[in-house]
Amino acid sequence: MKEQLRIVSPNGHLGFAPTKEESFRLAVETRPDYYCADSGSDDIGATALGADRSVSMERWQRHDLELMLLAAREQDVPMIIGSAGDCGSNSRVDMFVRFIKEIAAEHDLPPFRLAYFYSEVDTAYLRQLHDDGVTIEGLDDRAALTIEDIDATTRAVAVAGVHPFVAALEQGADVIIGGRSSDCAVFAAPAIFEGFPEEHAYYAGKVLECASFCAEPYGAKESVIATITHDDVKVTAMAPWQRCTVASVAGHAMYERSNPYFEWFAGGMLDMTDCVYEQYDERTTRVTGQRVVPVEGKVTVKIEGSGRVGEKYLGIAGIRDPYTIANIDKVIELSRQQVADEFSDIDYHLAFTVYGKNGVMGDLEPVKEITSHELGIAIEGIADSAEVAESVTLYATRQLFYARLPEVKGTAGTAAFVTDEVLPATTSYRWTMNHIVPVDDPMSLFDLHLVEVGSMILQPQA
Amino acid sequence: MHEHTTLGELAKTVRSKNAGTDRITFDVIFSDQQTYDHVRQSGALTRETVCGLFGVEDDRITDFVEFDPAFAIKFTLKRLAPSGGPGESDVFGCQQYPPLLSIPVPQP
Repeated sequence: MKEQLRIVSPNGHLGFAPTKEESFRLAVETRPDYYCADSGSDDIGATALGADRSVSMERWQRHDLELMLLAAREQDVPMIIGSAGDCGSNSRVDMFVRFIKEIAAEHDLPPFRLAYFYSEVDTAYLRQLHDDGVTIEGLDDRAALTIEDIDATTRAVAVAGVHPFVAALEQGADVIIGGRSSDCAVFAAPAIFEGFPEEHAYYAGKVLECASFCAEPYGAKESVIATITHDDVKVTAMAPWQRCTVASVAGHAMYERSNPYFEWFAGGMLDMTDCVYEQYDERTTRVTGQRVVPVEGKVTVKIEGSGRVGEKYLGIAGIRDPYTIANIDKVIELSRQQVADEFSDIDYHLAFTVYGKNGVMGDLEPVKEITSHELGIAIEGIADSAEVAESVTLYATRQLFYARLPEVKGTAGTAAFVTDEVLPATTSYRWTMNHIVPVDDPMSLFDLHLVEVGSMILQPQA
Repeated sequence: MHEHTTLGELAKTVRSKNAGTDRITFDVIFSDQQTYDHVRQSGALTRETVCGLFGVEDDRITDFVEFDPAFAIKFTLKRLAPSGGPGESDVFGCQQYPPLLSIPVPQP
């Protein structure tokens, strides 16, 4: 059995912005045992999943995959990617698989085994569970899943734990492209596969998921290496100007989590309550004391669902008149009311975001008094058809232009436009599911495939 | 003398970010134990402060944690609507922290 396992994480969200090459090269020189990266998140909102698209440029995704693939194949060690193409839908897995094959062909790489798995969940399956009386519990105070939630869902993905990654490694995979996956599973899986304690495997996953966000000073897209032994986890910054300190590593446990002590995954929870952090060397922090609490009863798998709301248009208006600015709430109410009268028999969403007032924070904004000499307003209109969405948005925007306030000195033209139209946006989606389903077999929601990739047998790509 | 400084001047990091689709979490991190202890003992940043500052009821705070290993105070608010849906103004929840910067703290 190996005494230690060294995993490099080059990028906390592969492709979101390109990996920094200098610190990656330094990581490569240390000859790590695995190259792993997470490529997705629910952070980006429901649109990518709903619309089945990426939010990153293909060029950046290819750049990162190429860096990792060439290093991993050169050193003949595995490479693992989770949540392919931002949302981890099936089409994104297929796209990353295609990229891997194309990069392998371009560089004439010797044959290797490529595993990939899909994460999409058919809503018919969820409906069946619901009809069978299975409670699909909501996370973060969401109510249990209803038929209405299922009906409203355009696309859903299950969030993989370590299981499909471990299964792929057991089958001898050299490269794994995963559908939607728990961030930490991407890194925990190889450590568990190699026989290291689960608490150290999952802690390594937790600390590596965002790459250099666990180091200081702040810098994104720099490589970090975790060294997992049977007794501890050590995490080391690779960028010469960064260090993994007690504060930076401990601080990262909090990042994007409601509570800094607990990290849930399919099959259990990482308890970091009693973690002990020590500065091991100049750029390395050592962590011990983490525990894994296995789930009681059936394993539960998280499901993310995205539902189409409608087509969306955006209008942009500027306000400079001081009286109009002082009465902006009235102006917006006027516009809102006229839209309501005009579209009284139609379902639509209409939102006004007032920059210069509370555009960013909305109701949470403590500053109540407007001190700006001008305001920018984004008008968002959503309806089932693009035509109605455009009409609602344009109507609302034009009503700002014709707002009738008694004390305004000007006449027509209470708003300044950068363009005399409203602009089409991507179809609007919303999160319909943030739930967990109980499963008998944690692999049952993930469809694993293994293929041989070799320049001799690769078909030309269209 | 009752001179005050601000949380923004004392903290190393003040940030907000989505914690999943339904929550926004806030982290206030200090460089050293001394500053962390001072701010905690001053009572400048509590659940009550958060409620007053953002105009929210206490039950909208899901977690309020003093996290010793990182010299950090962390709290989490429920979103009124999931991230990125209709009417969203901060998809990543990353620009909700600035009001924390000006919280007054007595000079150490």
